[in-house]
Amino acid sequence: MSNVEKVERLITNDSEILDKLKEIIKPYLGVKMELENLTGDESLVEDLRINSAHIVDIIIDIESVFDILIEDESINQMNSVNDSIEIIKKQIDH
Amino acid sequence: MSRRVVITGLGVVSPNGVGVDQFEKALKSGKSGVRHNAHLEELNFACQISAIPEVSDELKAQYFNPLFLKFIENTAIIFGGIAGIDAWTDAQLTPREEPDWDSGVIYGCGSMAMDEFISEKLQMVNEGKTRHLGSRVIEQTMNSGTSAFLGGYLGLGNLIGSNSSACSTGTEAVYQGFERIRRGKANLMLCGSCESHGAYNWAAFDSMRILCRDSNDQPEKGSRPMSKDAVGFVPGTGAGALVLEELEQAKRRGVKIYAEILGGEVNSGGQRSGGTMTAPSPEGVKRCIATALKDSNIGVNDIDGICGHLTSTMADPLEIKNWSEALNRKGKDFPYINALKSMIGHCLGAAGSIELAATALQLHNSYFHGSLNTGELHPEIEKYAHRSKIPEQCINFDGEIIAKASFGFGDINACLMLKKWRD
Repeated sequence: MSNVEKVERLITNDSEILDKLKEIIKPYLGVKMELENLTGDESLVEDLRINSAHIVDIIIDIESVFDILIEDESINQMNSVNDSIEIIKKQIDH
Repeated sequence: MSRRVVITGLGVVSPNGVGVDQFEKALKSGKSGVRHNAHLEELNFACQISAIPEVSDELKAQYFNPLFLKFIENTAIIFGGIAGIDAWTDAQLTPREEPDWDSGVIYGCGSMAMDEFISEKLQMVNEGKTRHLGSRVIEQTMNSGTSAFLGGYLGLGNLIGSNSSACSTGTEAVYQGFERIRRGKANLMLCGSCESHGAYNWAAFDSMRILCRDSNDQPEKGSRPMSKDAVGFVPGTGAGALVLEELEQAKRRGVKIYAEILGGEVNSGGQRSGGTMTAPSPEGVKRCIATALKDSNIGVNDIDGICGHLTSTMADPLEIKNWSEALNRKGKDFPYINALKSMIGHCLGAAGSIELAATALQLHNSYFHGSLNTGELHPEIEKYAHRSKIPEQCINFDGEIIAKASFGFGDINACLMLKKWRD
């Protein structure tokens, strides 16, 4: 399971979500890069070279860190970092 | 097409020594890897001792990246991976950028999914939380988990697979790799075996009353192959790996050669003529040894030593009788024989490959390790093998050929003949 500390309060701020997301995806990165330089537009698989099989593991980590449930339909829409932020926000708002 | 096959790399994760250097020191000094196991005691096992390699997190970090270690908890893959990488490095090989189509992996396991890591995963399934399992459980439950890891890590493009044949798994893996190179289907095969660790794997053996249950307060005395007091085997775990290479390629590369594999055989007694699911048919065993001799183009008197299967059960006397009858040699004419399980218990699927690594080391460095705790020999053993042929301590050994055999549930047998390499 994720080593990232669980979010204990409601966050809706994009940059706070991005910070947590960076921590979550860090071990999965297939390229050497400084996460500070992440813009959000990067594709998880093509740009960050994350093994596509690991997308489900990232989702499991996101669910446990943000205490949300991500619907299976959302998985195919999670192409970029920004897509992920949108999906997380949508679930937090629920 | 028949080509010669040699051993050019070794890797060992053994309960009495991790890494070839530590393992060899342990073989020479007769170091036991058997210790008390508090977990088995807590679970009411009759046998509360076991033999487990000591692998620290620091050591793991030298072999595996953080992403691997985040998910991979199955000790069979961790031990198997370390032994496999060590053997590869020992043979002066490195991971490939492009697939190496002529090199493959056969890495067996007795029971991959029974490792204790599975407990938490099964609980998630039982609680209806299947979706939380994630992407890295399959590779830890498929029996080919270790071969798949090593094949990918090293970039190998020949056969990448796993065999499973109970306690003969390790010897069978090496036999299969040997055959593949001999027949020209590969030039190099990384062969070995590993075993999953812990209570789930060992519980049913405990229930069968075939584990040692009288030595909980003196663990190092528990494993006593060939002794008249042998009452059961000590469960163990670990991994062994051997790089097998076609002779001409090994010579071209100019690498160290430990030993040559002359030939071998695998067979079954068919669970007839005294053979059952759990007991070997003497006819099957003797036929396996005889066929391995023929396959190696050697005679019964060419055998200088035997690395036995010898588990510290009531099957030991029968094994000695079978060797004696297969080789038509007894008393002082019986070859030297030793039992590594006296030091490291019975590592089940991992046993054969660890014992083959020990065999190669002994031939290469001219010694024959002793067997611990033989004490007073079983009277049925003394009828066939003279006491002097079962050394209690390590001896100098100028023999040329050691026979190694493993036997397993299902009445199955595997035998290989290894010869000292002289440049």
